[in-house]
Amino acid sequence: MDPILLARIQFGANISFHILFPTITIALGWVLLFIKLRFNATKDDAWMNAYRFLVKVFALSFALGVVSGITMSFQFGTNWPGFMERVGNIAGPLLAYEVLTAFFLEATFLGIMLFGFRRVPNWVHTMATFLVAFGTTMSAFWILVLNSWMHTPAGFELRDGVAHATDWWAIIFNPSMPYRLAHMLLASGLTCAFLIAGLSAWRWLRGDQGRDVAIALRLGVTLGAVLIPVQILVGDLHGLNTLEHQPAKVAAMEGNWETRGNVPLVLFAIPNERERRNDYAIEIPNGASLILKHDPAGVVPGLNEFKGQHPPVAPVFYAFRIMVGMGMAMLAISWLGSFYLWRRGALPKLVLWGLVAMTFSGWIATLAGWYVTEIGRQPWLVTGVLTTAQAASAVPAAMIGTTLAMYLAIYAVLLVAYVSVLFHLAKKGGNPPAAPAPAPMRLQPAE
Amino acid sequence: MALITDNLPLIFAALMAVSILAYVILDGYDLGVGMLMAQGNRAERDRMISTIGPFWDANETWLVLGIGLLLVAFPAAHGLILTELYLPVALMLLGLTLRGVAFEFRVKAQTRYQGAWDWAFVGGSLLTALTQGYMLGRYIMGFQPGFWPEIFAIAAGFGLAASYAFVGSTWLLAKTEGPLQARAVGWAQATLLLTLVSMLAVSIATPLVSPRIFERWFSFPNIIGLLPIPIMTGAFFLALWVFLKRMPRADHSLDIVPFLGAMALFTLGFLGLAYSFYPYIVPERLTITAAASAPESLWIILLGAVFVLPFIAGYTAFSYYVFRGKARDLRYD
Repeated sequence: MDPILLARIQFGANISFHILFPTITIALGWVLLFIKLRFNATKDDAWMNAYRFLVKVFALSFALGVVSGITMSFQFGTNWPGFMERVGNIAGPLLAYEVLTAFFLEATFLGIMLFGFRRVPNWVHTMATFLVAFGTTMSAFWILVLNSWMHTPAGFELRDGVAHATDWWAIIFNPSMPYRLAHMLLASGLTCAFLIAGLSAWRWLRGDQGRDVAIALRLGVTLGAVLIPVQILVGDLHGLNTLEHQPAKVAAMEGNWETRGNVPLVLFAIPNERERRNDYAIEIPNGASLILKHDPAGVVPGLNEFKGQHPPVAPVFYAFRIMVGMGMAMLAISWLGSFYLWRRGALPKLVLWGLVAMTFSGWIATLAGWYVTEIGRQPWLVTGVLTTAQAASAVPAAMIGTTLAMYLAIYAVLLVAYVSVLFHLAKKGGNPPAAPAPAPMRLQPAE
Repeated sequence: MALITDNLPLIFAALMAVSILAYVILDGYDLGVGMLMAQGNRAERDRMISTIGPFWDANETWLVLGIGLLLVAFPAAHGLILTELYLPVALMLLGLTLRGVAFEFRVKAQTRYQGAWDWAFVGGSLLTALTQGYMLGRYIMGFQPGFWPEIFAIAAGFGLAASYAFVGSTWLLAKTEGPLQARAVGWAQATLLLTLVSMLAVSIATPLVSPRIFERWFSFPNIIGLLPIPIMTGAFFLALWVFLKRMPRADHSLDIVPFLGAMALFTLGFLGLAYSFYPYIVPERLTITAAASAPESLWIILLGAVFVLPFIAGYTAFSYYVFRGKARDLRYD
């Protein structure tokens, strides 16, 4: 097999596995801070019980994020040595800042956040929760700066084929960064909202109907209902930004072959790259022109304009529809749930089961979204600067294949273990602690 | 300014060296405790984990910083080294992954799987230590192919695993008490001897492999100036041996001493290696200066590092202060 393809599959598998966990922890850190602050303000144990359950979810997700992240830090070099050779002067400092300002911070205060509740004053514990949330968000910031720069590079010049920074401000605030960062942070918020709602709904259905479960359930549903319209808006803005800077990607997303006006919105089709047309298309007339140009006659660039230079159409096209479809499902169930909570103060069984079914909907939407944007950047690794093939390593295919098989096996085991342990924790969640009754919570500084 | 710019490669080599040394000591004790867990029952394993639970994640971050600095500051060396070590790196990552997730799964998973995760923890720690030692061995041998270099690298794997087990058992001496501490004394004594053998083996092999390194150590007057390194190392071994003979002590105020001694040993060994290989970053192939990336990017990182590292040192110290003394049960509430 082609070593470049293997290297891509390996890196793609690893980064896909990795993103599942930061997507949860970035937002869950802030949710935990919110819950902790509510507890501080109300002194209501239900909040603290909700915290105790969710902090376990956080710890588990964080560990999986850390180990897969370490693997990634090595794979940057082993799979894409050309990347660092050509754009290392830009990527290097951004990665270094991520390690320095985020990794140590979150790793160190995580210890205090998890195990320090009885060792430090309450405000220090709250502060540790804040610093962990802040650290995960800083980490997201730096890595999304780098990723955005790879999509829309700015603030550099090429000397002998090697990128040299000329303006760090322009590098950091490159054209797609604000949209991508907002889109990803909201994706994290939604993933976390539906995870909390799903696990809590499951606890509720099993008869574990304590106030802490009710609090978490309401929090998850409400958070989802509030964030999803914002996400749809930001996603639209991100799409318009992409149209400006990476029109070929948008053409693949829309399945639009010819540059023309009155482009329909393709709801579903089978893109046929050989014949360069869509088969079995179901379309809304003028839809794409309206969305992208806010004008039914608006001219939208098509794939044929970028022949040989555009991404593979089918994966981008399908992944985009999966992401949007998932977003619509999220909108439907979170608004329905909020309506019931508002009018009746409780959720009917069907909605509860719907939430359970949607526990990991955020993962699906996030992965689909990343496939749209990353596959949509091909054949480039850094748009206009470096192609993926140029960055590949000389490691023999057999070696990449062997390690790929190993990684896939371990990721499959870990994913199954993770999901089953989450539900196991949810099952145990309501049971009183097996250990001797917890010591009274200390709200005053000790010693 | 010009002085710093001219010496940026050297400064970054030093930063990288400090990160790697910090990693080897800090994650070394985590991994050592992980391997020693094979010896304990469930209650002992819980207690052993509780000595490293709040720290392991930050400890492991030093590896990310070290490898990150290699990648960022010396991309050419990074490419060469990681291509040579592709398979052992993949195995090490497997080990680190198993060890890292087992921390969580061993207590959160369904009871019937917890034992298996304990073994994943032990196996992951052992695999990580062995592969890291193997990589060190390959590095010392200048990545030469052949039977004897392979044998040396494999032996180095066991040597580093033993050294990690040693620093791990001294960590247990500092953080536990009672019967577990008494067992840790035995582990520390045994692994101290193995560490001594490993360090001797490396010290003999390194100058034999490279005439250049032989020259650096044994030519006159270098040998006079360098003599303190082996002498101090020997003295620390002896002192540790004597001290361990008197442990466990009724008075716990000096329980940290063996760990400090282990730190000193690691530092001396590391200095010796650094001296042997300087100015090369890939032995006999690529020097620090030749491998360095563009100065303007290194400047940006240096500014960040100078500003942020004191904070990292500060809150790391705070964390060790919060979890000072003998380890207690790890509890979320």
